[in-house]
This record gives sequence, C-alpha cells and structure tokens, in this order.
Amino acid sequence: MRRETYREKLFTRRALLVASGQAALFAAVAGRMYQLQISESGRYAVLADENRMNLRLLAPLRGRILDRFGIVLADDRQNYHLVIVAEQTGDIAATLDALGTWIEVSEADRRRALRDIRRKHSFVPVVVRANLGWNEMARIEVAMPELPGVSIDQGVTRRYPFGETAAHVVGYVAAVSEQELDGDPLLELPAFRVGKSGVEKSQDIELRGTAGTSQVEVNAFGRIVRELARVSGKPGQDVIVSLDMALQEFVTRRCSDEQSVSCVLLDAVTGDVLALVSSPTFDPAPFATGLTSAMWQELSNDPRRPLSNKVIAGVYPPGSTFKPVVAAAALTAGVLTPETSFTCPGYLALGDAMFHCWRHGGHGTLRLRDAIKKSCDVFFYETARRVGIDRLAAMARRFGFGGLLGIDIPGERPGLIPSREWKLASTGTAWSSGETLIAGIGQGSVLATPLQLATMVARLVTGRAVTPRLVRSEGLMPPGGDLAPPDFPSLGVDTPILTLVVDGMNAVVNEQGGTAYAARIAEPGFAMGGKSGTSQVRHISEHEREHGVRKARQIPWKERDHALFVAFAPVGAPRYVCAAIVEHGGASAGGGSAVAAPICRDILLEAQRRDPARRVPDDRATQLASDR
Amino acid sequence: MLLICETAGFGFAVLYSAADGSMQPWAATQMMRFAVALILMMGAAVLSTRLWYRGAYWTYGIALALIVAVDMRGFIGMGARRWIDLGVIQLQPSQIMNPALVLALARYFHSLANEDFKRLRFLIPPALMVLVPAALVLKQPDLGTAVMLLLTGAALFFIAGVRLRIFLLMATAIAAAVPVGWHFLREYQRNRIYTFLDPESDPLGAGYHILQSKIALGSGGMFGKGFLNGSQSHLSFLPEKHTDFIFTTLAEEFGFAGGLTLLALYTLIVVYGFAISLRCRNQFGRLLGLGITTNFSLYVFINTAMVMGLIPVVGVPLPLISYGGTALLALMFGFGLLLSVGVHHHVRLSRSGEPHPG
Repeated sequence: MRRETYREKLFTRRALLVASGQAALFAAVAGRMYQLQISESGRYAVLADENRMNLRLLAPLRGRILDRFGIVLADDRQNYHLVIVAEQTGDIAATLDALGTWIEVSEADRRRALRDIRRKHSFVPVVVRANLGWNEMARIEVAMPELPGVSIDQGVTRRYPFGETAAHVVGYVAAVSEQELDGDPLLELPAFRVGKSGVEKSQDIELRGTAGTSQVEVNAFGRIVRELARVSGKPGQDVIVSLDMALQEFVTRRCSDEQSVSCVLLDAVTGDVLALVSSPTFDPAPFATGLTSAMWQELSNDPRRPLSNKVIAGVYPPGSTFKPVVAAAALTAGVLTPETSFTCPGYLALGDAMFHCWRHGGHGTLRLRDAIKKSCDVFFYETARRVGIDRLAAMARRFGFGGLLGIDIPGERPGLIPSREWKLASTGTAWSSGETLIAGIGQGSVLATPLQLATMVARLVTGRAVTPRLVRSEGLMPPGGDLAPPDFPSLGVDTPILTLVVDGMNAVVNEQGGTAYAARIAEPGFAMGGKSGTSQVRHISEHEREHGVRKARQIPWKERDHALFVAFAPVGAPRYVCAAIVEHGGASAGGGSAVAAPICRDILLEAQRRDPARRVPDDRATQLASDR
Repeated sequence: MLLICETAGFGFAVLYSAADGSMQPWAATQMMRFAVALILMMGAAVLSTRLWYRGAYWTYGIALALIVAVDMRGFIGMGARRWIDLGVIQLQPSQIMNPALVLALARYFHSLANEDFKRLRFLIPPALMVLVPAALVLKQPDLGTAVMLLLTGAALFFIAGVRLRIFLLMATAIAAAVPVGWHFLREYQRNRIYTFLDPESDPLGAGYHILQSKIALGSGGMFGKGFLNGSQSHLSFLPEKHTDFIFTTLAEEFGFAGGLTLLALYTLIVVYGFAISLRCRNQFGRLLGLGITTNFSLYVFINTAMVMGLIPVVGVPLPLISYGGTALLALMFGFGLLLSVGVHHHVRLSRSGEPHPG
C-alpha cells in the first residue's frame, strides 16, 4: 500500500508538472497567435491583398480619324484570333490536327503555337491563327463542340480604309518605343500602339483615350479567379481632318503620273487643307503589326522618299513662283509702280557678274504686269536690287516663308529666307548684292516648302495671314459651309498692291503669251490664275550656256530641274489655292508651266466642281457619316 | 465525448471551406472516417483496462511490424515512404505507433518496482521501445512523427517517475548527439531548419510555406475573413491547406477568436484527460491516460506552433481537424483507451497485471 501511495503522490506531482508545461506551451501558442493576428494584423492583411490582387489595364478603343464630311480614314477594327488553352485540350497535337481539318493551320502556325504553349502556363490562351476571315469563323463556330480548348478571341487592329491615299496626313501607329514612355501606363501594354506620324501622332493624346482598369483576384499560379472591380476607361476622341477624301483621291491619282510630286490644295479663306499628296506614298497598315526589314529597306532607300511628307518637309528653291512676293515687296517699298518699266536684253550685268534671263534673247522693255506674265528674270533682278534683301526678306516672312507655319502634323520644316545676319552667321562672309538678285528670282539660298507656296498664294488672294490647318477642331463640315470661318488677321499689305500682283498672275494663265497659257481653264467661271517656276538643281556653267544647255532627256533624272506651279481659282473670287512641285520634272526651260501647271489646272477644276468649302456632303459621305 | 465531436465538427467545416465550399473531396470522406473512428473509440473504451494491459505489448508489436513492413514495401506518397496499402484503406503505421507506444510504456513502467527507477539498466528496454520505432520512422523519412514519438516517450519517462538527474544525463547525451543527428538529416529537413531560422530570406523558395502561412494568419485579424472567404487558402497561396496547415485556414477565416476557441476546446479535452488520469486507481491506467493526453497536446502544440513559425516545419497533423485517416483512427483509438481508463478507474492492478485484491 505504501508503494501505491508513494506512486500516486509522485504521479500527481509529475502530472502537475507536465500539466503546467503544457499550459505554458498552449499559452505560447495563444500568445503567438495574438501577436500575428492582432498586433501585426495590418501588415499581414496588406501582404495578403498584394498576393491576391492584380490590377489589369483595359486599353480604350482608339478614336477614329474622319475627313471633313465624316468619311473614315482610320479606325480600330475588331479582329478575331483563334486561341487554344492547353489545359482544356487534353491532347494539344490531336486538337491541332483536328483544327487543321476545318481551317488552314500552317506548319509555321503550328510550331509557333506549340512553342508558346510550352513557354506559358497551361491556362494562358495561345494564338494559333490571327485575323480569321468570316468563313473560317463560321467553320470554327460549327466545329467548336469537337474542339475542346479552342476559342475565338477578339483584338483590335488599326484600319486605314484608304490605305496609302492619305498616309502622309493620317500617319500610322506602331509599337511603343522606349523614348515614348511618358508615364501613361497604357503605353506599357504589350499590344498597345501609338501614333508615329501624321495626325495619328500629333493628335495621339486625344485619339488614345484613357485606360480603364480591372482589379482581378488571382490565385498563386496567376490565374484570374474573378473580377473585383472595373473602372471603364474613356475611348479616344474622333479627330476630324480638313481633307476632302474625294479630292484627296483625285489628287493622288493625278500625281501618280509623275515620279515624285508634292501637291497641296487649300481653302484660301479658312486655311483648310483639302488635299495633301506627297507622291509616291506608302501603306500605313503594316506599321501597326511591324514592318519586315525588307519592306523597311525598300521604303527608306527609295530616292523619291515615300516616307517623307514632301509637302511640309521637302524644301525647294521656289524659283519664279517667288516673284509675286518680290513684286509685293517692291510696290510696298515704293521702289516700283505699275508703270515702271525696265528693259530686258536677256541679261543683267552687276559689277563683273552676269545675271541671265531664262529667255536667251530677252524680253525687251516691259512693266510689272508683263514681267509677271512672262516671268522675266531681268525685271525681277532689277526689282530685287532696288528693294534690297532686308525688305525682301521681311515681306517673304510676312507671306509665311522662312519659318514654320505650325501645321498640325509633325515633320514640318521652315525652309530658308536668307538675310545678312544669316549669311554672316553661316558662312562668315558679308552679304553680296548679287545674292539679292538671285533671291529676287527665288533661287540661291531661298528654300520653301510646297505648303509655304500655297500659303503665300492664299495670303495674296485674301490679304489675310491665312494659316493652313489639317485638324478641324469644330468638327464636321456643316452643310452649306462653315458658319464662322476663322478670322485671320490682316496681312498688312495694301489691297491695291495685292490686286496688281494677282492680276499679273491672272495674265500668266489667261492671256496669250503668259507662261501657263496652255494650262488655262476654258470653262466659264472656273478660270484660274497662277505662277510658274523652275528651280535649278544644278548650276548652269558658262560652258553650257555658250554651247547650248543640254536637253532634259539627256540629263540624269536626279539632276533635272524641279517644275513648280502655284495657282488659285476662280480668278474672280479666289477660294481654292493649289501648289504643285514635280521633282526633277523640268523637261524644258518652261518646266513649271509644262509639267506642274496642268496638274494645278486639273485639281482646281475638280475642286471648283466639288466645291468642298460650301457644298453639302455627297451621298456616300452622308451614308458613311450616319453609320457612326 | 461531446468535446471531441464538437472539435471534429469544427474540423469538417474547415475542410469544407478548404475544398472551396464543397463536401468533396475532403469533408465527406473525413466524416465517414470519423464515424468509423468513433465506433473504434467506443470499442476501445468498453474493453477493460486489464485487457489492454495484457494486449499492450501485442499492440506495440503489431504497430512495429507494420512500420517495418512499410519501410520494406510501403508505397511512396508525398515524397516519403510512409504508407501501406491494405486493399480498402491505406494506412500510415507510424501514426498507430503513437497510442501503441504509450500502451507499451505504460505497461512496462507499471510493472517496474520503485527502486528499479534508480537503475539505468531497467531504463534501457523502454528507451529501446521508443528509439527503435522513432529511428524507423525517421528513415521513411518522417521527422514530425519521429519527434512526436520521442517527445511522448520522454514525457512518459517523466510521468512514470524517472529521476530528474537521469533526464539531465539524457539531455546532455542528446546535445552531444545533435551534430551527429544533423549529419543524418535529409537535405530538405535541414532546409526546413534553416528556413525556420530566417523564413523571409527566401520568400519564394523554402520559406514560402511558413511566410504564406503567417500572412494568412495575420490577415485573418480578430474575427477572420469569414467562412469560405480566406483569400490565402482559397487562392492556393497556402500549401497543404487541408492537412498540416489546416489551422492556418481556420484562423484565416475565423480569426483570432476562432483560433482561440479551438485552443480552448483542445484545452478542455486535455483537462478532461488529466481528470480521468488522476482519478484512476492503477498506475497503468494513470500512465496510459496521461500519456495519451500528453501525446494529444503535443500534437496540438507542434502543429500550431509550426504554422505560426514558432518551431521548424515538421509534418505533424492537427488532431481531429486535419484531413487524414490513420492519424484520426490512431487518435480516436487513443481516446478510446483514455475513456476505458475513465470507465474502469476503480480497477486495481498488481505489478504482474493480476487484479489487486480489495
């Protein structure tokens, strides 16, 4: 019994010890639990949310680009991809085989799909075929029950219904580059496209819209379990450009007859660019998906520079098309009157330098009107000499030369109006009076873009500082014309002076003996006025002058003169203004008149017939506009 | 009895949640097993203490044989060879070893005279009884169960009245054996210990389990995220959410309050176990009852402490809650023995196991 009692006592003692030990352990657990769940709960709650929440961006639809009547020039098109989810197929190879019996799955598609499947989680959809056609879609829909794991996925691609016709205005989109990252998280989406040229670039922010977000719950493997919250973004705004697509198409066709042309048609009153063609052009669509290097090589090595918008980025000596500015400068300065006459013997001697007229025998004695009409070089040498470079340059700037016009697409170049300061700064030598003479016929260092030439004419015929524009911030063209056309400030040149110059340009086209008489518009009420120009690409040597200038056909294309023409119509109440430059189009001495004038004639005739400044949109445009 | 059922009910709810709100695949199975185990427990409780006294070594022998059989031809599950296929059910004999070891040690110490406790040589057979199965289980490898066996054995040594200086001796020996034992640990077992020491050093690798478990617990807060709403467990951030880490699942969804409630239930069961043991009139029953109770509370402690990052991760289930058949069967068998001790507390046993006169 003693033994038993002793044992019981010992047992009870030990049991109590064990019990207190256990109590201590349980207390430790409870304490730790308190620490984790109460004291540090906040920190862990954040960590848990970081684990499960994932914010995904929803790309907004990009805005459309429309012409003045609402015709679509660029929009986002839904397209459909065939995707396969590996974990749902069971046997991927068999599913791909089965798929091949319904639609074409090339060996390359198959390899790419299998490779992607290997690289990604098995629940990630992998694209097997991009851009399905309607027929293929229909077949897949029918076969879907037999094709586990196969589904059709939507995406968007940028569509340019007119392709290359308006490529230089509309521009193109492509994958975002490193430098373009501006903090907008949208730009980091892998499939996101951003404007790279034209309106697509200049209006990128408006077109882009704002990102929506989708907060999703993901599991440990990154699979989306459910959507917790969705903030829809704002789709991009539509941008309306001033082009009239019908005219744009017409001009494109007309320009395609020559190798390399830049041509622009303006509404002289509003500054709206109605057509802008830099030929040859390019197809903007492949940029969105990525150009092949062969395509890129071909585009960038072409001497006619298809990727460059020559209307705003091509700078040319304006040649005789610059003469109206010289005339306006001289009349304003008072160094010339309509009655002042000079004699042209075919050359002008200044010191021991000889300045030749384009007409070998000279024009004899003539006044301003005839000098413009016949484009007498000697008359304008003398006029420029009297005006001086300072006043000439000032007037040229007033007409829009030598600086950016601020057209609303990127890539514009300012051209050049030489001045004494410029000469000294760039060459270190003083201005010589001979250079003033050369500038008087738009040669030498004078450089201008076709857009500047058209703007010059618009300013001449309106007397206002018209600025060209491509984006119509006020929206579509209302039927019957703009209610409140932009009110441009006065040019500050006396109206009688402008009338004199415009009258001279009327004579160029509509009077016998005018340099562009052959290109006149005979239809009553549609007549145009204009000014031709030929700008030398290479210097004519004394040797050539003595032994006869070579015929254009004998000269390599790159060395031929540029042919220029600027025009307005109708002569009575000018509304449309056109400038055309045919690169190396100088087939003869009167290059501008022979090659460029007919282009302007055809375009201005068509422009007046359609009359996009006033006319109600035609049926097609109405139809397209109402589809929105 | 009621306590056990309540706790198990808690467990079913958590299993239901761990399966994303579904009875399949875990909760329903576990309920069936619980029903079977309940019958087993009743059976064990009805049998008299004397019968268990006689069958103690037999039970131990069978359990040991099963472990040996597993080591030889068991199949491998979850990276370890610890399962044996008995046709209808798959058994994990190492779990059965827990109550069997308690039985055998209780019987041995019961028959030992008071004076024998002072002699080391009488302590060698029971030490072997603990070490042999522990070594075999460690080889499977199953560090968790091996630790459980060692700790339970040590506890029984202590309760039975082995002198404290012998414990000191053993502690010294163990301390000396640690470097040797380290050498025998598997690479992953060593990693677990490294990870325990600094879990956030490798959040995506070895420390992932414990870090995610702590996040789940911590984000549960006071009252939890609500039933079926644990983001960590439902989105698979939490590993082993229905077995070893089920306490995390529970505490994430029911918060500190829920975890504490479960701990309280466990405590009540343990208190109940102590009461039964202290009331018992024979040494075998006392040792058996307290051994089972201690084994149970060790399970609870090791599992909960492990998921909270208090001790290294070892594969030990949470009793009555974790999904798993054998562990539940073994546990309920143990409770059966405990109840048997309670029912037959008046029985007196002589050192030879014969009913004591009077």
